[in-house]
Amino acid sequence: MSIFVDENTRVIVQGLTGGQGRFHGLRNRDYGTQVVAGVTPGKGGTDVEGIPVFDTMEEAVALTGATASFVSVPPRFAGDAVIEAAKAGIAFVVCITEFIPAKDEAYFYNLLRDEYPGTRLLGPNCPGIISPGKCNIGITSGSIALAGGPVGIVSRSGTLTYQAIHELSQQGVGQTTCVGIGGDPVPGTTFIDCLAAFEADPETKAVLMIGEIGGSDEEAAAAFIAEHVNIPVVAYIAGQTAPPGKKMGHAGAIISGSQGTAQAKMDALAAAGVVVAANPTAAGEKMVEIVHKMA
Amino acid sequence: MDLFEYQGKQFFARYGIPTSPGGVADDVEEAVRQADAAGYPAVIKAQVQVGGRGKAGGIKIANNAAEARTYAEAILGMDIKGHLVKRVWVEHSSDIVKEYYASYTLDRNAKKYLLMLSAKGGVDIEEVAATDPEAIVRVHIDPVEGVSRQVLAEAVEASGIDLEARAGVVDLLEKLYLAYVSGDADLAEINPLILNSAGQIHALDAKVTLDDNATYRHPEWAEYAATVEYDGRERLAKEKGLNYIGLSGSVGIIANGAGLAMSTLDVVNQVGGSAANFLDLGGGASADTMSAALEVINTDENVEAVLVNIFGGIVRCDEVAKGILEALSRVELKAPMVIRLDGTNADLAREILAPHISDRLVVEPTMVSAAKRAVELVKKGA
Repeated sequence: MSIFVDENTRVIVQGLTGGQGRFHGLRNRDYGTQVVAGVTPGKGGTDVEGIPVFDTMEEAVALTGATASFVSVPPRFAGDAVIEAAKAGIAFVVCITEFIPAKDEAYFYNLLRDEYPGTRLLGPNCPGIISPGKCNIGITSGSIALAGGPVGIVSRSGTLTYQAIHELSQQGVGQTTCVGIGGDPVPGTTFIDCLAAFEADPETKAVLMIGEIGGSDEEAAAAFIAEHVNIPVVAYIAGQTAPPGKKMGHAGAIISGSQGTAQAKMDALAAAGVVVAANPTAAGEKMVEIVHKMA
Repeated sequence: MDLFEYQGKQFFARYGIPTSPGGVADDVEEAVRQADAAGYPAVIKAQVQVGGRGKAGGIKIANNAAEARTYAEAILGMDIKGHLVKRVWVEHSSDIVKEYYASYTLDRNAKKYLLMLSAKGGVDIEEVAATDPEAIVRVHIDPVEGVSRQVLAEAVEASGIDLEARAGVVDLLEKLYLAYVSGDADLAEINPLILNSAGQIHALDAKVTLDDNATYRHPEWAEYAATVEYDGRERLAKEKGLNYIGLSGSVGIIANGAGLAMSTLDVVNQVGGSAANFLDLGGGASADTMSAALEVINTDENVEAVLVNIFGGIVRCDEVAKGILEALSRVELKAPMVIRLDGTNADLAREILAPHISDRLVVEPTMVSAAKRAVELVKKGA
């Protein structure tokens, strides 16, 4: 099984007619994802390589029965796109857009939580989600992933997600689902959401988790793991040598005051029984070891 | 973007938050003129983006022009925790009766805005939080609902702020909220927020961080951006559109993706080296981007080896390898380079690089081995 998406997930690409939306939307379809429509206001009635484009999400959902959307629009339009998807009844919204103002993010996060509890948002500023062999929404390269499980991956960083997938696939260890939750301060889906879903998924036997400096989502995840997660978890935290007060690329990756250091996160995870690795390669090796012992 | 105090006060003024009138000065003569204009006693404040200015001697009260001159001479050019004072703010010294604290920021755990208010202002708020947490009132605000006057009034009452100041503080908190939200600030902090002998509330200091992602809707921020202090390397990187942070080590880092770049710093450190920078190429890693990265790395005198760490997902490693060779033909790199390429078409990439391998261009299969090699090259050079 997989979490959040599967082979039946029907996806609308919001911004399919844009450069990024077209590139990734078509790649996702080539992977086998059911990309059933695109939405771009003013471009309704056209198509992108056979994928029909609609003016509104409401129309697109009504005519295609889509349950998921992939938001690939510029930052200033991203908030409206996410809200429009939720209003149209979309259950799973993946927003890859980077550089969205924090106020917009905080606003649509809370609006969704209060008014549209049936909608899960992944991102923004995330690489998306891939359930190997079933569904790929976002910018992950499908060719590096290996179907069949038993590992679930959850990560705040894009390239480190790919690195982790690759380390496992090279050793013949497959993935059930790989979720990139993104590096922004207000992620729609958190480590805890993914850990809970992986724990509930009978095919996911272990979780590889990649965190980074900033915020305290990893500490919260550690507390959750101690209480609710029985499958083994391996973790790596990026930014162990990052200086305080400097944003390391992601808007959320900043050590402010005594908050958000890699060491605090690693300590909390280790105390919760998580296998903490010093670097991504070591994390991959430790996970491969765990999986081999299970067999 | 962090604002200097005087910019924070200008920012506040736009939202109707009362501050003391004053002016900036970049030299002693101008500082004395500003002090004369403000009227004595006048306070002269170093404009640096670091806490503890007062303790470091960067804030002085002058009672006359001669004192203003003495203090301005002392403060301009002063080094405060590694920050050179190039500018002072001069304002009329306020008649302080009480000092409070107020700020709005985002609570990432609660995913809501957070108002913090305390009757114990004027000191380091983190210290108050550590020693007397009860003295800080915390109120979460739903970004969709906003905040009502009623909620603010309750917060002010709970904080123990003096009766005669309460109505004024509520007014100020309304304006500060507007500055925080409409002004797209990540942080809007006033410490101290004062009650003066005339019974007025105003901001004696201003600590504001603006959300860079919201720059597109604030053309008025251009003047703040102009005063941001970069070191030479960072300025060039910004011109080239690279995501770069200058550090003090000897291994130049180039990676694609923020997480991978951070991770590369970690691994270099774990094998006994230290990074000269953080540099994220983004998704592309084309010859143009790579050339720009090499140019920036070249300006850093401390760099003795360069570590290129690329993971090819959608971007294919063979294309990246060609891009690196092209970039090396355009830019003469001062330090030797270690390349680690993994992911899509990595084998092909290694074939492309093979004929070019030398003492100056090394290819390693893993992040850890590449970092070790780079650190060895630094030691050899030293």
